[in-house]
Amino acid sequence: MYDIFSNYSSALLGGAIIGLSACLMMLFYGRITGISGLIWNTVQNRRSSFSSSGIFLGGMIIGALCVAYATDIETPPIHSNVFIIILSGLLVGYGTKLGSGCTSGHGICGISRLSIRSLAATGTFMTSGIATVYFMRHLI
Amino acid sequence: MTGTQKQSIHLTYACYYFIFGALFGAGLSISGMTDQNKVLGFLDLFGEWDPTLIFVMAGGVVVTFIGYSAIFKRKMPILSKAFMLPKTTVIDINLVLGSALFGIGWGLYGYCPGPAIASLAQLNWETFLFVFAMIGGMFLRSKQESAK
Repeated sequence: MYDIFSNYSSALLGGAIIGLSACLMMLFYGRITGISGLIWNTVQNRRSSFSSSGIFLGGMIIGALCVAYATDIETPPIHSNVFIIILSGLLVGYGTKLGSGCTSGHGICGISRLSIRSLAATGTFMTSGIATVYFMRHLI
Repeated sequence: MTGTQKQSIHLTYACYYFIFGALFGAGLSISGMTDQNKVLGFLDLFGEWDPTLIFVMAGGVVVTFIGYSAIFKRKMPILSKAFMLPKTTVIDINLVLGSALFGIGWGLYGYCPGPAIASLAQLNWETFLFVFAMIGGMFLRSKQESAK
């Protein structure tokens, strides 16, 4: 089978599709497509029966499932210590809430709006991510 | 507007959100962002660096930059009254500290929020555990905010 995951063109194509989705969200609803924000909206709006953010997240799951099904390629989560998984999740949740965004809201949408804040945020999480991997893989 | 009309409009709105979400999830999968090994390889700048994911960002930013430039020429979005854009322009401690913590979490396990959600469909307990912890982290911060 064709391995669409292994090359640069699939990364570029996937990125372009993410960008298309972000453009459509702005064109139709005037909203920044930040996934951490959409998750927060979804878990907060438990009383409302209609949560647009939750529907978007549901769509994401189905979209990803379709690609996995069509290409027959699965990417199961990597093995790790339970403690590391929980710590990682807590940091990602706490950090994106405190820093008002993640890879999508700051990294794609914010940089595309030439937002100085998003540029700073992206530089910061890239740097701390690189430092963390360096620490985990090469120092301990 | 009658109740039925209102409901059908809501249904259309829901469909659009679903389709845009599906595009986003498909894009994440195709790009390789849901592959934690690839993400960690990308962050392993001083090891066996895998530059592939730079292209995800490049593709995403180029399309979004061009799209946004065209869209912002409009007075308003198609289905809502105004563009909802962040008004803050100051780089403050919360932004930097929050992003730094997020990066550490990202580097520890290779998931950022989007890929974690997109990967839920594969029904692995590790992904669910991560997502629950992530939501817990958001509530923790929210509690702090409301305590002030």
